[in-house]
Amino acid sequence: MIDKRVESCAAAVADISHGATVMIGGFGEAGSPLELIHALVDRGARDLTIVSNNTGSGRVGLAALIAPGRVAKMICSYPRSANSTVFPELYRSGRIALELVPQGTLAERIRAGGAGIPAFYTPSAVGTILADGKESRVFDGREHILEHAIRADFALVRADRADRYGNLTYSKTARNFGPIMCTAADCSIVQVRSISEPGEMDAECVITPGIFVQRVVHVANPQQESRLVREGVAYP
Amino acid sequence: MNQDLPPVGWSRDDMARLAAIDIADGSYVNLGIGIPELVAAHVPPSREVVFHTENGLIGVGPPPPAGFEDPELINAGKKPVTALPGAAYFHHADSFAMIRGGHLDVSVLGAMQVSEKGDLANWSTGEPDAIPAVGGAMDLVAGVKTVVVLTEHTTKSGEPKLLRRCTFPLTGRGVVRRVYTNLAVVELSPDGFAALALAPGLSLEEVRRWTGAPLSDARPEHVRNGE
Repeated sequence: MIDKRVESCAAAVADISHGATVMIGGFGEAGSPLELIHALVDRGARDLTIVSNNTGSGRVGLAALIAPGRVAKMICSYPRSANSTVFPELYRSGRIALELVPQGTLAERIRAGGAGIPAFYTPSAVGTILADGKESRVFDGREHILEHAIRADFALVRADRADRYGNLTYSKTARNFGPIMCTAADCSIVQVRSISEPGEMDAECVITPGIFVQRVVHVANPQQESRLVREGVAYP
Repeated sequence: MNQDLPPVGWSRDDMARLAAIDIADGSYVNLGIGIPELVAAHVPPSREVVFHTENGLIGVGPPPPAGFEDPELINAGKKPVTALPGAAYFHHADSFAMIRGGHLDVSVLGAMQVSEKGDLANWSTGEPDAIPAVGGAMDLVAGVKTVVVLTEHTTKSGEPKLLRRCTFPLTGRGVVRRVYTNLAVVELSPDGFAALALAPGLSLEEVRRWTGAPLSDARPEHVRNGE
């Protein structure tokens, strides 16, 4: 029998070790798997490479993972936001590496990683410093640069509903990177608000088929990152 | 440095209205963060324009009333929005397939600098201690059919933003079609910047003074003669 449900966030991240590459879903707080990230903070894994669009805000979620120096390298498109001080401090003092990637290239590198495509050519960033040192080739008279797929050991994703097969639906713009990250990690770990019985989710409406998901954790009442930041909460 | 400042010219809403008037009925449009976000409120009621936000929504509606914000329904600037009837959600790879694949008609972006060749710099000052953050701007300029810029004509200290060459790191080369500023509407012609309209009360000479590259006159003859 297939049952991907895991009883806690702690159990779901228990095998994420030092040096792992971890994709973390979310665009700002929308879709950020806060409870799974906090479980990873508790787990204590170091030297992580994190693939995520942003670098967190305040001192919760991704920012709480970065703050104690657990993250060696960030691969992201937009490492600053209104309430983001943790990443800038570490970056300016040379204690965290940054691979800056245009957002669409980041998404496509992840998609390619999940789809078995090792690299692809894109017109994005041609003629800019982010194209420096990259192979280029002209197609139909236009220059493109070669970008490589990204894969990860783990993905931490937040969805809305799941069944025991790992089929997922999402909530509004909290979908963002979730579906592609689930495809691109050896082990995709998803926190969901509710668990459905197999068959309850309309197969026409499933966004991520369960084959892309390895673990599902039920977090019925996830915390809201912006509220924690407003209240000045620092995790742990 | 005691430098004088340019005239006020058009308000930000005026600039957004001018940009909105140039967006055709039935267009799919992405609005950048900042002044470009104002464009949505100025689409003439006779037109239907569909707004895309790269974090996964097409059919973006106005901000919700206070108390009805949903942290899972936001725009690329991470501000609360609504979804209009006929809207659709999608993941990031689909969102950038819309952008890079040429499915969007217009991208309205902010700018730090625009060159007379249509180069755009809008993501980094290139200073050593700046935190580089690019977001989706390089994909938008690479893929959207028409890229226009909405920006103040100068920096806060009066430095021109329309230049012969950008000094900041580029977002894209030769990508900008038109610039809407507080002083003028400027087309990128094969010969460089060309003024299509000037803010009320301003002369071409005055606007040229605040422009860091040659600015030709592309205004209709009757407007020119009335100057």
